[in-house]
Amino acid sequence: MTAPSKVTAENKSINLVVNIGGIQMKNPVTTASGTFGYGSEYAPYIDLNRLGAIVVKGITLQPRAGNPTPRLAETPAGVLNSIGLQNPGVEVFIEELLPRLAGYDLPVIVNIAGETVQDYGRLAARLDRAPGVAGVEVNISCPNVKQGWMLFGSDPDMAGEVTGIVKANTGKPVIVKLSPNVTSIVAVAEKVAAAGADALSMINTLLGMSIDVKKRRPVLGNVVGGLSGPAVKPVAVRTVWQVYREVKLPIIGMGGIMTAEDALEFILAGAAAVAVGTANFVNPRATMDVLDGIEKYMTEHGIQNISELVGAAQN
Amino acid sequence: MLITDAEIIQQDEILPGYYRVTLSAFLAAIAAKPGQFLHVRCGSTLDPLLRRPLSIHAVNRERGEISLFYRIVGRGTALLAGKRKGEKVNLLGPLGSGFTMPVGVSAAVVVAGGIGIAPLYFLLQELSALKTCADVFLGASTSKQLFFTQEIEALGHRIFSATDDGSVGYHGTVVDLFEQNPAGRVYGCGPAGMLKRLSQVIKQNELCGELSLEERMGCGVGACLSCVCKTVNEGNGARYSRVCVDGPVFPAGEVVWE
Repeated sequence: MTAPSKVTAENKSINLVVNIGGIQMKNPVTTASGTFGYGSEYAPYIDLNRLGAIVVKGITLQPRAGNPTPRLAETPAGVLNSIGLQNPGVEVFIEELLPRLAGYDLPVIVNIAGETVQDYGRLAARLDRAPGVAGVEVNISCPNVKQGWMLFGSDPDMAGEVTGIVKANTGKPVIVKLSPNVTSIVAVAEKVAAAGADALSMINTLLGMSIDVKKRRPVLGNVVGGLSGPAVKPVAVRTVWQVYREVKLPIIGMGGIMTAEDALEFILAGAAAVAVGTANFVNPRATMDVLDGIEKYMTEHGIQNISELVGAAQN
Repeated sequence: MLITDAEIIQQDEILPGYYRVTLSAFLAAIAAKPGQFLHVRCGSTLDPLLRRPLSIHAVNRERGEISLFYRIVGRGTALLAGKRKGEKVNLLGPLGSGFTMPVGVSAAVVVAGGIGIAPLYFLLQELSALKTCADVFLGASTSKQLFFTQEIEALGHRIFSATDDGSVGYHGTVVDLFEQNPAGRVYGCGPAGMLKRLSQVIKQNELCGELSLEERMGCGVGACLSCVCKTVNEGNGARYSRVCVDGPVFPAGEVVWE
């Protein structure tokens, strides 16, 4: 793993600034929720100020203990996880975790998850009053407890309804994180856009499972989990490509980004920004390596503004 | 907490399937405390993807070397075992909490089950440097898996052995052997079933002890919440703690066993 290149970091002739639905980011590299904790975990390894933004681990109204172990299963070029949204709840987050990021010069995007449509509204309202929150990312890959445990994100109308209530409860930018576990991700994206979303994150994990043949049991304590890592990248790039063509919202692309080349695939497909997720587990400096690599690519190819690359493969 | 490419100085097969690798990692060797681990990238491609958490087994600070003692349990450890002298592996660490060194008069007692000697050997090295002799209870299924007995005795410690098949020492489990005369400040590592029993013995005899735990791990730095274990939550049952940063060493009374 190479040290960050200071030469490219100081290169002012390159414009990396992106605007994601009203959130100004100094560069397009952010973190995928759930893979970067609340930021301070990675502070010993990277300069958090160099990130375009940080997306923190998902927050719910009440504290959640999370799922039983094992919570992790390695799969070919990927990882299955079923953490179960373990988090201390929105109040502890605002009082204890959020202030730790106050000293940094980076937009903090808070991922929120609910069990009911009303939960999302309450979370949005609570965070709207919290200092230091640049925007919210809405995790709609959660079961709707009141309506048969169907995932909010799997039904375009329900996804639109959640988006609408979040928008009604906050003046801050609202990013909706789409699930790939749907028949038509474009249909969901269109409803979410119509309901007022300011940007899209795509994609969340793919539902999967793994079985231990010696024990003849599922590996994960929760039986099923979400697949991430390089294995999902082609699926993610495809969804960004499809949605970029039909929906005029900025996209944060994610799913298996390990290198700058991976990130550029997403950008060329139509993502205005990218999030590094599972790669952080393998290389705590992955975000910086991706950022440095994007700058290097732009320098080498005479690209002055990152916006020139967004969706460039579509032309 | 470093990320470094470390050269393999030596790779020994201690027993079929059991390996000890010695790495040149000067800064990590200086920083390492007994009970900590290194998060090792065993391959160089995307498959297997994740690092493997391996206990620090021994440290030679003068030479800047760290040894890891491990068993092949899957593709990652098999890849590591295939690496030879001169090859490099990427390390993240040292990570995690270490053992608390004994203070005052309480005698140190080490209870290890099989490969569980891995982190405890480093503790025994440090105790020896402090001129402290420990009673070391080693358990295994058979005599061959009682690892590093000569080295442990050379460090000045006293060994009590137990084997499941009775091939050497006490015929039974290492916890049963320890229970015959339970005393001292206990340091334990081994399979979950053994640690559960050991924590009961520690509690029943009102001893102090620390246990080193193992769990499937993702990031190793406390972010992903994959490697959790249940611990006592003051006034409110149990909660999940992270083995990677809250542990891997926990006070024996804090762990809630299923």
